Parts: sequence; C-alpha cells; structure tokens
Amino acid sequence: MSEFFELAVKYLPSLFQAALQYTIPLTIMSFSLGLVFALVTALIRLSQPPKNEWAAAFLKILKGVAAFYVWTFRSTPLIVQLFIVFYGLPNAHISFFANAWISAITVFSLNTGAYASETIRAAILSVPYVQKEAGLSLGMSNWEVYLYVVLPQAARISIPPLSNSLISLLKDTSLASVITIVEMFYLSQQIAAQNYRILSMYILVAIVYAFLTSILSIGQHYLEAYTSRFAQ
Amino acid sequence: MITVNNLTKKYPNQVALNDITTTFPAHQTTAILGPSGSGKSTLLRSLNLLELPTSGEMILDDLQLAFNQVISNQTILKVRQQFGMVFQEKALFTHLDVLHNLTEGLIHVKKLTKAVANQQALKLLEQFEMTELANRFPYQLSGGQQQRIAIIRALAMQPKYLLLDEPTSALDPELEAQVLRILRSLAEQNTSMVIVTHNMAFARQVADRILFIDHGNLGYQGDTENFFTSDNPRIQQFLGAMTF
Ligand SMILES: Nc1ncnc2c1ncn2[C@@H]1O[C@H](COP(=O)(O)OP(=O)(O)O)[C@@H](O)[C@H]1O
Ligand SMILES: [Mg+2]
Repeated sequence: MSEFFELAVKYLPSLFQAALQYTIPLTIMSFSLGLVFALVTALIRLSQPPKNEWAAAFLKILKGVAAFYVWTFRSTPLIVQLFIVFYGLPNAHISFFANAWISAITVFSLNTGAYASETIRAAILSVPYVQKEAGLSLGMSNWEVYLYVVLPQAARISIPPLSNSLISLLKDTSLASVITIVEMFYLSQQIAAQNYRILSMYILVAIVYAFLTSILSIGQHYLEAYTSRFAQ
Repeated sequence: MITVNNLTKKYPNQVALNDITTTFPAHQTTAILGPSGSGKSTLLRSLNLLELPTSGEMILDDLQLAFNQVISNQTILKVRQQFGMVFQEKALFTHLDVLHNLTEGLIHVKKLTKAVANQQALKLLEQFEMTELANRFPYQLSGGQQQRIAIIRALAMQPKYLLLDEPTSALDPELEAQVLRILRSLAEQNTSMVIVTHNMAFARQVADRILFIDHGNLGYQGDTENFFTSDNPRIQQFLGAMTF
C-alpha cells in the first residue's frame, strides 16, 4: 500500500498536468461547441415551415441534414468516428484533419451535439404551450418568445441530462489517445510501460478521472439546487 | 370599438366559428357565454390573433384586417400589442419571479429600461396591494394570487382591451372571489374587457353586453338583463344547466 502512495506522489502531478493540458481543454472546447451544434440542430428540427415557398424548401433540406447528422453520430461508435476523421479523411487528401486536436474536437463536439440536440429538443417540447402563448400575448415575436420564455425554461429542464453528457464526454476524451494525443490516459499507459506498475498506474488514472467527474457532479448538484427555485 | 364581420374559423374536421358578426365596445365589459366546445375561446383568441380566422374581417380602430388574405407577422404583432390576455391558469412565466413576470413585456416589447420597468411594476403591485409577492416565484403563489398577478401583468402593458379566457375556472370559490373583486373594480373603471366565463352571477352583475355562442354560431348579442330573462328556449336550456 505504501508503495502505491509513493507512486501516487510521484506520478499524480504529471497526471494532473495532463488533465489540465489535454483532458479539461478537450472537454470544455468540445462541450461548448457541442452545445452550439445541439441548439442549432434542435431548433432546425423543431421549426415550422415558413410561408415563403423557397424558405420552406430550404428548411426541408436543413431538416434532412440535421436528422442525418444526429442519426450517423448516434448510430456509430465514437472510436470509429475518430478513426474516420483522423486517419481516414487526411488519407482522402482532406489534410485539415491531419491535426489530432482538430480531429478530436470535431468528433467529440459533433458527437456530443448529436446526443444533446435530442435532450434540448425534448426539453423545448416539454415547455407548456400556454407559456409560449403568454409571451405572444404580451406582443413578443416568435423569436423573442423562444429567447425569453422557452429557452430559459428548457435550459433548466436540460441541466440534469446535459450534465450527464458533460461527465460522459470528460471520460470519453480518454479515447483521444487512439489518435496520438498524449492525454491523461495515454500518459498513464506510457508510464506503466516503463515502470511495469500496470495495475497501480491504471488505478491512479482512474482516481483522477473519478476526482474530475465528481467535481462536475457537485457542480451539477448546486446548479440544480439553484435553478429548482423556479421549480414546476 | 372592435368590429368583426362574418368571422369564420374552420378546423379540418369542424367549424369552430360560423359567420360571426358583432362588436366589442370600448370601455365596456363584454361577456362571452356558451356551452363547452361552442367556440368561446376561439372567438376571444381570434381578437388578438392567437387564432387566425379562416375568413371574415376585423376592424380595430384604424386597422382593418381581411382574413382571407395573408396577414403579415408585423401586423399580427401590432394587433397583439393592443390586447392583454389572461389565460385559465399556469401562464405566469415559471422561471421568473412576480416582478420579472411583470417587467418582461415592458422591457422586451415596450423597450423600457429595467429601472423604469421595475418602477412601473412595483407601482402596480402597490396599487393592487400585492407588493409582498414581488420576489416570489409562481409556484409559491396560490391559484388566486397567480391569476391576480396575471391580470396585473396584462394591465402593465396598458392594452386597449383586456381579454380573459375563463380566468377563474381553475380556482376554488374563495380564491375565485379575490379575482372577481379585481375584475369588478376594473369594470367599474370602464376598462375595455372581453371575458369568457362560466360564472353567470358575475356575468349578470358586471357585463354590459352578452355574446352567447352556440355550436360556433352567435345565438345572442346584446343587453345583459335581456339575456338572462330571455324566453329563447336555447338560452333557457343553457341557463338552466348552469348553477348560479
Ligand atoms: N387547434 C384545434 N384543432 C382542432 N379543433 C379545435 C382546435 N381548437 C379548438 N377546436 C375545436 O373547436 C371547437 C371550439 O373550441 P373552443 O373555442 O375552445 O370552445 P370553448 O372555449 O367554447 O369551450 C371545439 O369543438 C374544439 O374541439
Ligand atoms: Mg374555452
């Protein structure tokens, strides 16, 4: 046991440094971008056809693209998506994705966005219709009703499921190791390969992941407590 | 005054309003009465264009709308801002406290500054003796308080007409009384109101004018007392089924 503590003292700083350098920035950037994809996708899929014929046709195409996007990312493994983008696309001369960071953030954010768009869509649909009508009856436009009434209420409803997505994403960033990013998990692999303390090293990295996700869970708890003041 | 001519609203499998021609005088209370599903809400909601009638026209002061033509979003907003609306229940914004429920429209629609909006909202709360509710969220209010705040929220926008769709139907009698007291005083101050209600005693006491809707048709329009003493069999049947 004391041997484990020695290992912990020795390697925790570099593991935390890897977390600060890779895991956390990957998570934050992918999640923020993912939320944008999710919101845009949810709004496209929920929007009513406009009166203008061309705009209606355009919306129909957008809806098709959005549905296809959500379907592809939800129906394929994350690791396969990473391989296609990082190894496959540059091989097809799309060299933009030869950068591992760009590939990782692209895949993680699109993947998170696909799942979160369903969450946000469900949350928006669960806002009672009379709340929208109340906004309309005050003279707000459809957009104002969305901005000031529907989205704030949907945000509250989506906090628990979105927090779960964030926690999953943080853990899933460990998959960036397969596309050459020396993030926290990859680093623990490298150390284990040198010192042969395989079990200890993987338990150590598991502890750091558990520590980070627990912080997120606590944050989620406080956020839910804060927003529950406008419960029901 | 609002005039509607030949107002018709068709849904795919039924006619909710059939050729309604009537008026809603300013500074008076018009009560819309009728059995459930007869089209009362549809008529009320047609006035502020929450429902778009299929055909007919509406004249609102200098504005004239023909419903067989496409009505622009801009016109819809312009018309809607002339009205305040109170729903049956649960229409206060659940994510905002009372004060912010009152200021939301003032800030985003009337474009008042936060400070001015707050000041106006607090003044109204004081006037209706509900200042102590300012920082409560809707779920912390009784049903009667919620409806009174909903009325104040509508009034805060200084609408030309106040529309109310069964504002007390979801309330217990003692809570209903608090809401009716406010409506009675608004009527005494000659507020222009259109109210859908099942409370016949209230309608008889407060309304200046009655519209009776029956299966989407206008079965009666005119003086309140004449309605309640009518010998028209359909009206008598309706009134006989209502408790006073
Ligand atoms: N969105 C809708 N789609 C189809 N039918 C509707 C819709 N809204 C109302 N109706 C029908 O129109 C009729 C009148 O409804 P409503 O105006 O709500 O009646 P009331 O308020 O008098 O109870 C009812 O038969 C109702 O079922
Ligand atoms: Mg109704």
